[in-house]
Amino acid sequence: MANISGKYCIVGIGETAVGKRPDATTNSLHLEAIKACLDDAAIKNSQVDGLLTNQPLNDSHRSYAVKLAHMAGIDPLFATDLALGGATPIAMVQLAVMAIDVGMATTIVCVHARKRSTADPTPGHPIRRGDEHWEEPWGHFAAAGGHAFAASRHMYEFGTKSEDLAEIAISTRKHASLNKNATMRKPITLEDHQNSRMIVAPLRLLDCSLESDGGGAVLVTSAERARDFPKKPVAILGMGQHHPHFSLLDAPTLTTLGGKKSSEMAYKMSGLGPKDMNFAQIYDCFTITSLITLEDYGFCKKGEGKDFVKNGRITIGGQLPLNTHGGLLSQAHLEGQLHITEAVKQLRGNAVEPERQVANAQVGIVSGHGGSLAMHATLILGAL
Amino acid sequence: MSKDERGRATRRGEPYLDEPEAKPFWAACREHKLTAQRCSSCKKIFGFPPQAFCPHCLAREHEWVTLSGKGTVYSQIAYHRSWHPAYQDKIPYNVSLVDLQEGGRLVTNVIGCAPEEVIIGMPVEVVFEDFPDYTLPKFRPVK
Repeated sequence: MANISGKYCIVGIGETAVGKRPDATTNSLHLEAIKACLDDAAIKNSQVDGLLTNQPLNDSHRSYAVKLAHMAGIDPLFATDLALGGATPIAMVQLAVMAIDVGMATTIVCVHARKRSTADPTPGHPIRRGDEHWEEPWGHFAAAGGHAFAASRHMYEFGTKSEDLAEIAISTRKHASLNKNATMRKPITLEDHQNSRMIVAPLRLLDCSLESDGGGAVLVTSAERARDFPKKPVAILGMGQHHPHFSLLDAPTLTTLGGKKSSEMAYKMSGLGPKDMNFAQIYDCFTITSLITLEDYGFCKKGEGKDFVKNGRITIGGQLPLNTHGGLLSQAHLEGQLHITEAVKQLRGNAVEPERQVANAQVGIVSGHGGSLAMHATLILGAL
Repeated sequence: MSKDERGRATRRGEPYLDEPEAKPFWAACREHKLTAQRCSSCKKIFGFPPQAFCPHCLAREHEWVTLSGKGTVYSQIAYHRSWHPAYQDKIPYNVSLVDLQEGGRLVTNVIGCAPEEVIIGMPVEVVFEDFPDYTLPKFRPVK
């Protein structure tokens, strides 16, 4: 296997304002994120030769990467849209590395945006995940339900409690309170978590992520070209994926997910391990998702996540700051695109509010997770 | 596909009785039989949803067999929020993943007891609930 570790970099990032964006459309949010990213990298659209994006949940956006490239004045030598749910933003970066490595493009923008908080006036019809008709007749409708199944099983196997999941919600909210571009900034307590209404037992409202409007983008190029860009480049050190099932009906287990094999591959590629990570931006569509991923990534043994997340370990200043931007739980839910941009900012070293900066951040790990706990992708990023 | 006020697909809440691979399943449910595809080559149960080729060995030949209807709860949850008008007056209600004795798993409901009485690992057996146009397999605790 040719090792690409350290040969490719993220040289630009863009984030839109997030939360409720009634002013915006799916198209405008994608373009806003691209513009912010190219401005950050101080590069013109004519100098970008590849574009990767998510498949929006609307059938008017078919072949969206090509449409979007031309809306953005980009003439792509490489373009496609990816549909791996919350693993999509990381998978885009991975595919960009591969495309550049084989010489199909040199400078690729990876952009993800969505409109889930306020109505999207874009014409067309929504598309669905698939297989819902084997769930909905029995009243199973929501992502909260799928993840509640995992939480329920984790509690049964390992004695994890709702109060343990609360640690993740509380710490993540604390980080959001320090982030000017976060939706939910008022700190919460264990009592707030335990008093929040039950959504799908055992998950409460404060175990659930937000529904958001917004977008983000990153620009990927080779380490050689990265020197020509003004901002400090961040190197891609390791990558992995694993998709161990598609639906709840064929999941071999719900307490170990794709993160195990995905992270093993990324660790191997980077020559690094869990102990080398200065922070972790771990997908948090629900608190249980982060808890299981921390275990799958080897930060603690399987079943010990409930103890790992306690005593400030996952808060900035602790051993492994988790979701330093506020995550999907409290910043915004853009399927993890902002987990990547936040990791880049932490590794640049001077790009976030000072109280939110992880001291001496050199290496961090980022996870993506999609579908019915089905898809998983991992990135390990490092300061150059 | 219709959409809701935020542009998302509306939730259907009913099975697709005419899905070609699944037609025999829904027809058998109507007769209160729980059936699944069994591979003629590797003899394993396909699992759900039904499909044209064996997910274990990719053989095409299979037969529909009637299952014992016995299973075990792999995981259980309780919906306290309704995502569909038909469930507004049913909350809180149980949804379970039931692993069937012969293989395969269903998203289903354990009925005949309160949601908090459904426990992971408990043995359950199939019961059928008839609606005007279709019949759903659900489960109850084994006495």
